[in-house]
Amino acid sequence: MAPVENMQLPPETPLNRRPRAVIVGASSGIGAALARRLAQEGMSLALLARREAALEDLCAEINQQAGETRALAYPHDVTQSESIPPLFERLLADLGGIDLFVYCAGFQYSPAIDEYDFAQDRQTLEVNLLAAVAWLGLVANLFQRMRHGSIVGITSLAGDRGRVANPPYSSSKAGLDAYLESLRNRLTRHGVHVLTVKPGFVDTEILKNAASKTFGVISPTRAADGIWMALRKKHQLVYLPWWWRLIMLAIRFTPSFIFRRLSF
Amino acid sequence: MTLPESAEALPIKNLARLENFGHSLRSSAYLFAPQDASELARAFELADARNLSIGLRGAGRSYGDAALNSGQLVLDLQAMNRIQAWDPKSGVISVEPGVTIAQLWKHVLGDGWWPPVVPGTMFPTLGGCLAANIHGKNNWLAGTLGEHVKSFEALLPNGELVVCSPEKNKELFYAMIGSMGLLGIFTSITLQMKQIHSGDLSVSAWASGSFEGMLDGIDGSKTADYVVGWIDCIGLLGHAGRGQIHRADYLKMGEDPDPSQSLRIDHQELPDRFLKLLPKAWLPLLFRPATNNLGTALTNTAKYWHNRTLVHNKTHLQSLVAFNFLLDYVPNWEQAYLPGGLIQYQSFLPKATAGDGFRELIALCKRRGLPSYLGVLKRHRPDPFLLSHAVDGFSLALDFQVNDRRRGDLERLINELDEIVLQAGGRYYFAKDSTLNAAKVQRFLGDETVQKLRKFKAQTDPEQLLQTDLYRRCFVN
Repeated sequence: MAPVENMQLPPETPLNRRPRAVIVGASSGIGAALARRLAQEGMSLALLARREAALEDLCAEINQQAGETRALAYPHDVTQSESIPPLFERLLADLGGIDLFVYCAGFQYSPAIDEYDFAQDRQTLEVNLLAAVAWLGLVANLFQRMRHGSIVGITSLAGDRGRVANPPYSSSKAGLDAYLESLRNRLTRHGVHVLTVKPGFVDTEILKNAASKTFGVISPTRAADGIWMALRKKHQLVYLPWWWRLIMLAIRFTPSFIFRRLSF
Repeated sequence: MTLPESAEALPIKNLARLENFGHSLRSSAYLFAPQDASELARAFELADARNLSIGLRGAGRSYGDAALNSGQLVLDLQAMNRIQAWDPKSGVISVEPGVTIAQLWKHVLGDGWWPPVVPGTMFPTLGGCLAANIHGKNNWLAGTLGEHVKSFEALLPNGELVVCSPEKNKELFYAMIGSMGLLGIFTSITLQMKQIHSGDLSVSAWASGSFEGMLDGIDGSKTADYVVGWIDCIGLLGHAGRGQIHRADYLKMGEDPDPSQSLRIDHQELPDRFLKLLPKAWLPLLFRPATNNLGTALTNTAKYWHNRTLVHNKTHLQSLVAFNFLLDYVPNWEQAYLPGGLIQYQSFLPKATAGDGFRELIALCKRRGLPSYLGVLKRHRPDPFLLSHAVDGFSLALDFQVNDRRRGDLERLINELDEIVLQAGGRYYFAKDSTLNAAKVQRFLGDETVQKLRKFKAQTDPEQLLQTDLYRRCFVN
């Protein structure tokens, strides 16, 4: 629970702002790339993930590159929801506040076209939706009180339609989409920014598990750059790369009588 | 207040947004407001169990991060604001730490007494004032507030309840006063008030066209009960460093024909309209468009020439409140600096280096295009407290506007100013500071003082339960 490396983050002064970010799901993929990017921007980071070794390596890399402590590692299994409130308290204390919260923990398995595996379905919903709700509720509460903060949720193209390929994944991401939209509608009036990110195919471990054909694959670094740009411009929704917005527009408007005959 | 059970995560509903007085920092904390001293011990237990630290906060009037403990626990002591004992014969008063300067003077004035030392505003709490060991415009004659404390009672994080005075627990007495609430919590403060024979002061003012004139004028007024200088740090057409001096003296017995009138609270009230016209609450908003280099240069020039002509060498009577609490004339004046807020840079230089040192500071600020919008010059004397800010010399307080555009430049400028001040044997004041680091603090306090503070900390607070952002910035990193 306590940070693995108990090092002191540099103090903030009025003339040297140290914005603080929490990334849940930071050990690989988009989370790790975003951690590197935010550290480059001078932010202090709390990085959370299940795999302790990968997390520690990432922190060591970031801190070495920066020449000072910028990232702290917190091993955390998001499905242990009772551990979330005390960990939130710990992070807030260690960082001295939170300005940006990124939820990018994700789980995906690829069921066969006629497969329904409840244990795996449950895992998908727990990691992608339920734990996000547990974290975001605390964060939304903090940000509303601070009248300040940014929330980033990584959902998926898969959330735009319920596809043949993966009922639990589609529904978990659609649920997170709606949850983020609700937060946006609740929090914008309090000065809080909520960004929904819909990556296309990003070269991560999730992609390796995905059954469908892939094209236009981008690197996690490019995805992280896109997220950083969208954050700075205070966008509400970003597709990565941008042209997915056009494709998904077409897909969202595809009538059901056609869509239920498609096989992706 | 009910403190939560220590077995569970702290309740989200206690999370609060806190700021420094300069509004240049934004901080979150779990805020609790104890109603009396009995709750303080439980707060220490809670912090210990949650492995968190506690920051102490009064009215939140420190310019920097002295009353912030970002992301952790903060105890707001303002509800502990009872006056415990008052003896109008001897002028000795005992108060809880949340009692404000305003409460204090209102309580004692009618009996012919006045707080011996007050800051430029009446809103801070006595707990905060003592933690910072504040001074007023009478620092040369009266010393700091701590020099008028007969005794105090404090709860230490190690569980001990101690009574300290210049005789009893002497070392801790001189360490706790001025150590920014990092060694223990004052639970009761006993102060000697100053006897007065009128609610008015005799005030004279004169302008001086040069910084030498300002220093000489202030140094030449050491017999005055109060003396303070305003400095125009922009000084259009090469006149930076000019300003105006105010000296004020208490009236002696018999000089006020009707003290019962001037010692009334309503005689002291500040007007609530500017020029009898504008509600003062509007002023910070109206000032905001003029809070920039040009606006301030013009305002300062107008003020200087007004001082130089209409009120030059004039003596008049002014109420104690109107003279002392200049900052309260415009309530929330600091909001004129929003959205980025302000920092105040107050340095204390020995008499020998003050002239050249301060001139260099003012000139450098101008050269860097970041002139201070307010300069205040005061005369000081050393005091016996461990973390004393004072020297036998002068202090110059400078206000700088902070915003995203100038943040980096301002940081570089402040680092340059620090080098000048430290080279000149200068000191700093924790109630104002928000930019020093541990290395610089060690340089001005000296290794021995920092070691002594560490020793007291280890004794009174071995678990490091009392912490603030200032503590971590100035003493840990």
